[in-house]
Amino acid sequence: MDTIMTMMVNAISLSSILLLSALGLSVTFGLMRVINMAHGEFLMIGAYTTFVVQNLFLTHVPKELFDLYFPVALIASFVVSAFIGIVLEAAVISRLYGREIDSLLATWGVSLVLQQAARSIFGAPNVNITAPSFLNGVVYLGGAVLSIKRIFIILLAAACLLIVWFIMYRLPFGSQMRACIQNRDMAGCLGIQVRRMDRLTFAMGSGIAGLAGCALTLLGSVGPTLGGNYLVDAFMVVVLGGVGRLAGAVIGAAIIGISNTVIEFGTGASIAKALVLVLVIIFLQKMPQGLFSIRSRALDEN
Amino acid sequence: MIKLKRILCGITATTLFAMTLFGCAQGSAVADTASSQPQATDVSQSQPSSDAPDNTAGGTVKVGILHSLSGTMAISETSVRDAELLAIEEINAAGGVLGMQIVPVEEDGASEPQVFAEKARKLLESEKVATVFGCWTSASRKAVKPVFEEMNGLLWYPVQYEGMESSPNIMYMGAAPNQQIVPAVQYLADNGYKKAFLLGSDYVFPQTANMIIKAQLPTLDMELAGEEYTPMGHTDYATIISKIRASQPDVVINTLNGDSNVAFFKQLADSGIAAADIMTMSFSIAEEEIGGIGAANLANHLVSWNYYQTTSTPENDKFVAAYKAKYGQNRVTDDPIEAAYDAVYLWKAAVEKAGSFEVEAVSMAAKGIEFDAPEGKVTIDGDNQHLYKPVRIGVINAEGLIDEVYATPEPVKPDPYLTTYDWAASLNPIA
Repeated sequence: MDTIMTMMVNAISLSSILLLSALGLSVTFGLMRVINMAHGEFLMIGAYTTFVVQNLFLTHVPKELFDLYFPVALIASFVVSAFIGIVLEAAVISRLYGREIDSLLATWGVSLVLQQAARSIFGAPNVNITAPSFLNGVVYLGGAVLSIKRIFIILLAAACLLIVWFIMYRLPFGSQMRACIQNRDMAGCLGIQVRRMDRLTFAMGSGIAGLAGCALTLLGSVGPTLGGNYLVDAFMVVVLGGVGRLAGAVIGAAIIGISNTVIEFGTGASIAKALVLVLVIIFLQKMPQGLFSIRSRALDEN
Repeated sequence: MIKLKRILCGITATTLFAMTLFGCAQGSAVADTASSQPQATDVSQSQPSSDAPDNTAGGTVKVGILHSLSGTMAISETSVRDAELLAIEEINAAGGVLGMQIVPVEEDGASEPQVFAEKARKLLESEKVATVFGCWTSASRKAVKPVFEEMNGLLWYPVQYEGMESSPNIMYMGAAPNQQIVPAVQYLADNGYKKAFLLGSDYVFPQTANMIIKAQLPTLDMELAGEEYTPMGHTDYATIISKIRASQPDVVINTLNGDSNVAFFKQLADSGIAAADIMTMSFSIAEEEIGGIGAANLANHLVSWNYYQTTSTPENDKFVAAYKAKYGQNRVTDDPIEAAYDAVYLWKAAVEKAGSFEVEAVSMAAKGIEFDAPEGKVTIDGDNQHLYKPVRIGVINAEGLIDEVYATPEPVKPDPYLTTYDWAASLNPIA
């Protein structure tokens, strides 16, 4: 019973991390059909923004208020990543709409540039971020141990999901975005400004990635290669779940998180990663579009 | 019109192809002429190679520096490169080697063993360096070993490693397992730890180190609680920590490397486990890595090295002061940094004893050379090209530095194949 509780708890935690890092990618890939290899670097930008905010608080704010740096960092990460996302979109991505191979190469190059920029500004060694004290501690659920930081990340992932769902399904902006995802050309013909939609969606996706980066500083290292550690998993979630539907990202993250945890309990971390990849490949043989895909009546299914 | 286009394309393609061939041929021709005659430019460079005569013209000598300046290992290796540059600067200020100024040629291995092999070949073949100071991970060293043996170069390797290796073309400046791993496990047994959990990154050093530890544990009446490996760059340790918790060890022997260390210790501290609950003994965490992990997460955990920034020798006081003066007061020195610094001075001593830069002469002359290093007196062992080094067990303190809690009274003779231990008789090297 203990083991099952622990497995469940770890699986939910891992799935929430995967969901957070993949949510932005699902949105941008779904809408713009652009393979953004620089997505991991937006996570890194969010993490370094947190570092900068932490340092500002260390030098300018009295000690008792230090813990407040975290909420400020969350907002700052979103804003900074969204802004850099807009710049990237205007400069590089907008010229590569629809050309998936080219966007892959170009964004890979951008990711290298961003990594080296981080190295030049902050140095190659990892930087240390002290977590706010209100997130320290553990909670005991039956036989399982869950740290409060992981609970926070689960809640943050749920909150992001809710907000994105609300934007996509309850706001006019969202229905315009979904129209563009379903049939870009027709949406354009009906008067939706597709270019503007691209820009705002990419900003939103990058902003969410920045938010994820801020949350991930609680768990892992903050260094120029932070993005690389999460990029492949994010893509797996998006590919498995199918693009354009939020449910896809959620279920994809859940499946990968659960299978990774369960297999890792039985074998080891390396084997678990390999087996999960094999499972995803087998799965995609059956459903190449992913779990949830947009079905339309168009002759050319994109 | 189309026919014209096709003709033009064909001509362009042929021209480009011919130019490429021509360029490549020129490149190797330049390298060939450079190796046989000194160039009559104002910076005359000696091109030492094993068959060319020693054509020193009282100028400069090139040495290669091959470390990861990018990628996941950059957090550790950039400071090692800095130490080598500091030593070169000091030697140059004191007159250089055999009267020649040392010119470092830096290459970036980018944390990829394949890239290390390519850059090693480039340094030896086209830059024709006299010697190379480089590598950190055993994977990178194993990748460059055949290159150095094929081209008869000389590599000074500054990091502790798993042993089970020897090469006439590599000088091992870091600890062999009997100078770091074996004494550390002995220390744990002497201090009452009975059950050990082995956790490491998935590559040759942790696998070999754990093979050695597993052979050693039964001889000390210690029990093995579990053994886990994670891929390099792995960041989610929830399941592993659950497994550790379930198997209830007294100590986790940790051979993780790179970013994984940061994630593991943050999450370990997070789940409420402190050193008093489950101790850890690490072989790849030094002062440099503590900065990235957070001293609070590592407080009171054990490490095993041959040198700490707090080691008290007069040479160390000078070394730490010089390092901080050049690179910043908040920089720290650690074992691989100090070993890399020693490597440059040991090379200088060997070259001066041999009177030449030739690899065979230098490695013959290197046997038995002593040096008053910041870690204490080190001697090159003529049998296996390793160093006699003192062993020091340390505990991490709240300031992020390491305090020594135990040291061997004398430097320990290196024994990379563990020939002096009965229980190691059945161990075979992995590759």
